[in-house]
Amino acid sequence: MSHSKVIRFRHGAAIALSDLPTLDFATFRESLLEEVANHARVASFFGQPKNNGLDLYAVLAHDWQGELALLHTHVKDSYPALTPDCPQMHLFERELAEQYGVRPEGHPWLKPVRFHKAWVDCADIWGRDSHQHPIPGDMDFYRVEGEEVHEVSVGPIHAGVIEPGHFRFQCHGEEVMHLEISLGFQHRGIEQMLIGGPHPTTPFQLEAAAGDTTIGHSCAYSQVIESLAGREASPRAYALRAVGLELERLACHVGDAGAMAGDVGFLPTSSFCGRIRGDYLNLSADLCGSRFGRGLVRPGGVLFDLNQEQVSNMLSKLAVLERDSRGAIELCFNNPSVLARFEGVGRISADDAETLGLVGVTARASGLVRDTRLHHPIATSIKNYAAPVIEIEGDVCARGNVRRREIYASHELLRETLGNLPEGETLTELGALAPDTLAISLCEGWRGELVHCAITDANGRISRYKIVDPSFHNWSAVALALRGEQISDFPICNKSFNLSYCGFDL
Amino acid sequence: MFNIIRERMAQGYRTSKYPKVEPVLSQRFRGRPVINPQLCQPQCSLCIDSCPYGAIERIDGKVCLDMGRCLFCPTCSDICPHGALSFSKDFRLASNTRAGLVVDETEYPMVQELDARMKKLFGRSLKLRQVSAGGCNACEADLNVLGTLTYDLGRFGIQFVASPRHADGLLITGPVNENMKNALLDAYAAVPEPKLVIASGACAIGGGPFRGSPEVINQLGGVDELLPVDLYIPGCPPHPYTALDAMVRLMGQI
Repeated sequence: MSHSKVIRFRHGAAIALSDLPTLDFATFRESLLEEVANHARVASFFGQPKNNGLDLYAVLAHDWQGELALLHTHVKDSYPALTPDCPQMHLFERELAEQYGVRPEGHPWLKPVRFHKAWVDCADIWGRDSHQHPIPGDMDFYRVEGEEVHEVSVGPIHAGVIEPGHFRFQCHGEEVMHLEISLGFQHRGIEQMLIGGPHPTTPFQLEAAAGDTTIGHSCAYSQVIESLAGREASPRAYALRAVGLELERLACHVGDAGAMAGDVGFLPTSSFCGRIRGDYLNLSADLCGSRFGRGLVRPGGVLFDLNQEQVSNMLSKLAVLERDSRGAIELCFNNPSVLARFEGVGRISADDAETLGLVGVTARASGLVRDTRLHHPIATSIKNYAAPVIEIEGDVCARGNVRRREIYASHELLRETLGNLPEGETLTELGALAPDTLAISLCEGWRGELVHCAITDANGRISRYKIVDPSFHNWSAVALALRGEQISDFPICNKSFNLSYCGFDL
Repeated sequence: MFNIIRERMAQGYRTSKYPKVEPVLSQRFRGRPVINPQLCQPQCSLCIDSCPYGAIERIDGKVCLDMGRCLFCPTCSDICPHGALSFSKDFRLASNTRAGLVVDETEYPMVQELDARMKKLFGRSLKLRQVSAGGCNACEADLNVLGTLTYDLGRFGIQFVASPRHADGLLITGPVNENMKNALLDAYAAVPEPKLVIASGACAIGGGPFRGSPEVINQLGGVDELLPVDLYIPGCPPHPYTALDAMVRLMGQI
């Protein structure tokens, strides 16, 4: 009924704010729920302070139509929460409460997300002193009471060389009844630093939004800026970005396969994959000098090109690595004692995955066909991706299998892309950004969908920049996967997701 | 079992011969910057202006590059029209002091080994607790690589341990943000004396990409705003060989 109020557009377009109707909240709510009932999912939801209140923007993805829907409304200091009717909004609404002191009335799980001071001058939702920096992890944790129930608390500093986060398990014996995850320890204030930009430092901060997804985040950022400038990167630049993205995916997936094998004590695959992962990182360095793709992607294109000799060099290295990867990984996935530890553990059903709005490897392992490369390719030139890897069991094994098969698919994509690099420039000059405009970009990083939104002010400077890393959606899945599992299965469950702390914390 | 042995033979022996044999790094790897005073033009400031993190300065008429602030992007070397500034393939970048990270036209010194007492304690066995304090996980990822069979950190007697109480020192990554400050200080206090602190990566040295963020300590970031640092390992993130070389030299094994 309210469809005329919904702006529908294709990925890559920029929308003038004046073309965007401000709905009253009741219509906004109704339209959003209607879109979600019609198989849209919430890709992003964020606020921007305006006229003593908050402008809210919801970005909904209609994957099979390849379309995005945009809804816009304005609220004052509170509004009826959307989470009870649309659970995938739960973290977005908590985030708004923390950033702007706007209360989603009736939110069932209203707790801080990243533990920072509010971004505007307002009273703290949780009654903390608004002049002091909040204490990370200081919140009411869900607690199970009863005889023989015990609590296990882990973090922020963990036992390995990994990022910080806090985990609370409510256990009955070995069985985990509930796991609550409190993050924010890696919060660096990235979105706040981008306001008034793009600054000369902006590309570097986006490259470090999640260090293992450098190319993913810098592609998403560059696409937003290109949309706002009304220019496209050249086909050759798109192809080289695709090469970078697939190399990043290969390195991380191979590393994860090895880490999963290590967690169940299958050391051959663990050792082989550790070495092979490093060799994929070295291919990224062959491309741009950095093992993590630093300095490769910039708005307008890429800073490095490959000549014919470098292309064939890379292809021959890839051929060797493909054999080594296959050998190492098949060893693990053909081993009955490994599969006995992988199968049936940490299961996420397709329904739960859909309800929580999961994305990426996690969603595809639960049978959901969600892949930005398939649904929302940005460049008209890149339309060759046709076969997303889907598994249906939703367990540790399925997540491992999605990675295993995506490694082989990535090799195929790389062969095709490197074998048919379009001719042309690698860097296009961009002009000024359009004023009072909103742009959205999506990019399939190795973990899943990255969503970047930018809004410009009257001078064409960024007035709000919103980043959604796949980990933002998917950390809830880790908590869910542990329900009813043994606490000793936590490492393997966690590894099968391998989510980013810094991508969540920003 | 047979398949495992067959695959083991196919994968081959992969541990590098470092430090006896120099590792071969990628052609485009950007290591220690080299400044050529013969080619540098005194009135030109293109490289200085191009660096968004102020890593390059002209001191007493000579261009100096602070590797503690440098993110090793190609901007300054690309912009120099005289070819006076370039990145070499030398991965030995670390320094015992903050000031030592500044590269000028003179020869860059290597990391000095610990004093006699500390070397007696840590020269053959160094247990480190890694703390990630607001970084981006790239430094952590390339430190984890040191544990793989390519680098085989254990053969030098270096090990990352689970508890700070088992550690001889902390290896810190990240700019030290408000949310990790207290956890970092707790971990430091839990390490028995005498102890070492290693700041690894541009963030831990001087805030890196997040220098200026209101969420990092003193808005500047950097471990030495908070703790005494014994070893600085630059890079964004440091190459595994940069970190390995720094630690092995500190222990006096090279």
